Amino acid sequence: MAETTAPATDRAGETAAAMTDGAPAPATSRARRGKPRGILVPLWLGYVFLYLPILVVVVMSFNESRNLFVWTGFSLRWYPELFADEAMMQGLVNTLIVATGATLIATVLGTLLAYGIHHYTRGGLIRAFAIAPAILPDLLLGIGLLTFFSLLSFTLGLHSVILAHGVFATAFVTAIVLARMANLDPSLEEASRDLGMGPAKTFLRITLPQLAPGIVAGALLAFTLSLDEFVIAFFTTAPTQPTLPIVIYSMVRFGVTPEVNALATLLLLVSIVAVISAQRLTRLTGTSR
Amino acid sequence: MTTTTPQATPAVRAQRARRGLAAAPFLAPGVFFLIVFMAIPVGLLAFYTFFKRGRFGGLVFEFTLDNWAKLAEPLYVGVILQSVGLAFIVTVLALLLGYPMAYAIAGLSPKWRTVALIAVVLPFWTNFLIRTYAWILLLNNAGFVNQWLQAIGITDEPISMLYTPQAIVVGLLYMYLPLMVLPLYASLQQLDPSLREAATNLGASPWRAFRTVTLPLSLPGALTGCIFVFVPAMSNFVIPELIGGGKTVMVGNLVRDQFYEARDWPFGATLALVLTMLLVVVIVIQAAVSRRITEGPRRG
Amino acid sequence: MPTMRRISIAAAGTAALALVLSSCAGGDSGDGSDIDRTADISEQTLTVSIWADYYPEDLAEKFEEATGVKTTIVNHATNEDVVAKLTASSDPGIDVAFVSGQYAQALAEQGLLQELDKELVPNESNLYPEALELAYDEGNVYSEPYAWGTTGLCYRPDLTGFDPTSWNDLLNPMPELDGKTTMLSTDRWLALPALKAAGYSVNTTDDAELEEAKAQLLETKPTLLAYDDTTFYSKLVSGEAAMVEAWDGWCNYGIAENPDIKFVVPDEGADLWVDTMTVLKSSENKEAAMAFINYILDPEVQTWVAENILYKVPNQVAMEALDPALIESYPTLGITVDELFEQEVIVDLGEDSLKYVDLNAEVLATN
Repeated sequence: MAETTAPATDRAGETAAAMTDGAPAPATSRARRGKPRGILVPLWLGYVFLYLPILVVVVMSFNESRNLFVWTGFSLRWYPELFADEAMMQGLVNTLIVATGATLIATVLGTLLAYGIHHYTRGGLIRAFAIAPAILPDLLLGIGLLTFFSLLSFTLGLHSVILAHGVFATAFVTAIVLARMANLDPSLEEASRDLGMGPAKTFLRITLPQLAPGIVAGALLAFTLSLDEFVIAFFTTAPTQPTLPIVIYSMVRFGVTPEVNALATLLLLVSIVAVISAQRLTRLTGTSR
Repeated sequence: MTTTTPQATPAVRAQRARRGLAAAPFLAPGVFFLIVFMAIPVGLLAFYTFFKRGRFGGLVFEFTLDNWAKLAEPLYVGVILQSVGLAFIVTVLALLLGYPMAYAIAGLSPKWRTVALIAVVLPFWTNFLIRTYAWILLLNNAGFVNQWLQAIGITDEPISMLYTPQAIVVGLLYMYLPLMVLPLYASLQQLDPSLREAATNLGASPWRAFRTVTLPLSLPGALTGCIFVFVPAMSNFVIPELIGGGKTVMVGNLVRDQFYEARDWPFGATLALVLTMLLVVVIVIQAAVSRRITEGPRRG
Repeated sequence: MPTMRRISIAAAGTAALALVLSSCAGGDSGDGSDIDRTADISEQTLTVSIWADYYPEDLAEKFEEATGVKTTIVNHATNEDVVAKLTASSDPGIDVAFVSGQYAQALAEQGLLQELDKELVPNESNLYPEALELAYDEGNVYSEPYAWGTTGLCYRPDLTGFDPTSWNDLLNPMPELDGKTTMLSTDRWLALPALKAAGYSVNTTDDAELEEAKAQLLETKPTLLAYDDTTFYSKLVSGEAAMVEAWDGWCNYGIAENPDIKFVVPDEGADLWVDTMTVLKSSENKEAAMAFINYILDPEVQTWVAENILYKVPNQVAMEALDPALIESYPTLGITVDELFEQEVIVDLGEDSLKYVDLNAEVLATN
């Protein structure tokens, strides 16, 4: 792989550029290496498959007509209507609250778990237990928690969704922090212990800062997963406080208005911006290291 | 670690106790949380499967094996088999489509690799219900695909594509394709390119080099991808409902309906546990196979 | 994952613990506190759960203006959705729930509903006298009707080429309509066409009759475009479907977009369904809840409902005030109370309602 030595000049900037103009540069770099272009055909086909529906949604979000299937003219009317939609906006707020709460729980518990597992367990039991929620079908977790809450006569609300999302989010944070932990240099911790620092102090002063990138990555993943989580929320949410996916679900079931197209377009835009800034961030932290 | 002694001396035991004590602040909160909000709820479901349903959900405390017996009814066997079948088809298609994609991405220069990967994941970050409904816009009788087909003159009458099992397959494939591409890419990208080059230099045709070097080494990634696709595809209930028009029922729908429409929680719990057991079996097989693949060459 | 098994054994053990815990936690949940007619309702807050797009958009603000009660309206998708949540949680946080009559009956039997204090609902006098004699809740003890109607065929004559008159036109469609019809799949409305076509009651509990209906429904299934409880009218408008089983009021949403769409109650008859308003026993704002129900029964508000939601309302004063031009555009609004009462009222069947639950599950799950 000769080109790995290519200087990593402004990678994020190029990412951004490539996204906006969709330059067919991969093909050129391919050609430069004198390998068959044919190998890229399935990739482009795959992208057509992945982006065709999204393209339709984005284009139709600018459609004037309420009719979802006929283009009548350009209009931005669905965007203000989206923001005027109280149910949708409230759903968005609820979702953000849930994702924040679940991420907090997961980050704290997951980091502690990962540290504990790495240092104090040898068998895989606790490890498997901690990571199990990531593998269990969401459906099982959803109905299990519904049954559990119902048995305890536990009032459903945002807190029940936060707890439920906290479960699978903890598993993901644990897994990611554990992976990071495996790459850590143990000598620092040993030195710290040799100097008489207790485990808690060692953890706080030495391990935690080293783990930070893994913890941040885990937290981000937990947050993202919670934002779009539907099945578990479907079972554990209170009818009075639906999260955004639940709101969208009832909209999709009850006949879609073009507002949904506008929402999808905005979500996509936010994701792209988030990806680019994350790229930039990793590059920054990457060089500072 | 020194050699293990079968009998722990008091000193070792004391050391272990100390270790346990030191571990507690780290492990206890998380383990407690997961016991309360995962283990107990799942255990509770297992418990529910042995009781009769209450009329409005919940259960009546009357022991019964009916819920498990009911599973053997052809109706439910059929649903489970069909779900396995559909999820299997989706997984195979995802592999066929995802492998060349991952292979192509792994061959790109590092910076384009990042772009290509992000492009695979990006659709994943818009709401999944909206992505699903986009297919309704496309496949509908009045939808865009039919409009195009009719415009080109391929067909006069719209072709019914929505509300069929095939449409469900497309929807599930669309939903989970990135989950196949990512692990495949991860294993392909780890391959030492010199291996392939060595094979080619030794006179192997590109296909042979691919078959003997690349393919076996990428199998663990492929298996992981298959699990990532198969597991959620089995339990998805939204896509069959929205794209399948309620006519094709998968295990996920059945479970959901037992909890909502039918209010038969014990049977819903039974179905969900069976689904989980099926998936655990698949995962165990996957783990065994990939262990054999990764360990095999080293031993031999 | 050999550990999974051990985990589940441990989990099963702890399940027993959870049961013990629950018996402590779930003891007494708010005794049926009496209604305080003099309570200052403006100090109460209200949460109302109702079907989406089934009420005036500014309902919450208007009611708040009129009474000072801070009101939140939340939506549920189906009867099942809201009933599942109401029965799963001791305090679902809902004060007023809109559910169909048979569900109100079931909730009342379960002890989840508050008896209405008629002193607080004087607007009940605006209702048709018949609206107080509905079989699911005679005398409106637990519920007041919000809207009512019947079930029939909603169709596009330009696509069907004929005017259907029988449920059999849907159940055993002519080949041209193959893949161009939809049926309701929720609750009792799935079996209704088959039961009525065979001349049975919509409330039958006879196993042989239900078996016959099931066989018919399974025969019909391959001819359907889809089962659809929510968007059938838009399938008519887009031309995907030519004829759908529909609630009369909901068919009007289609007529609003395409005036050619028609509605007919098949000759074999159908049901009289009622969407009702109920007050939850767990509510801590019962007086405000009843004030809300009373507010809805105000002729002006219910006229709005009829005019904008296009459902018939059981409010005599409101219906008599309706613009005749509207009835001309939406003939289902002209169905008289006498005509409506020729249909059968759907009632809850107690333990036997599980027969319908099973029938639905089997029909929908059979491929």
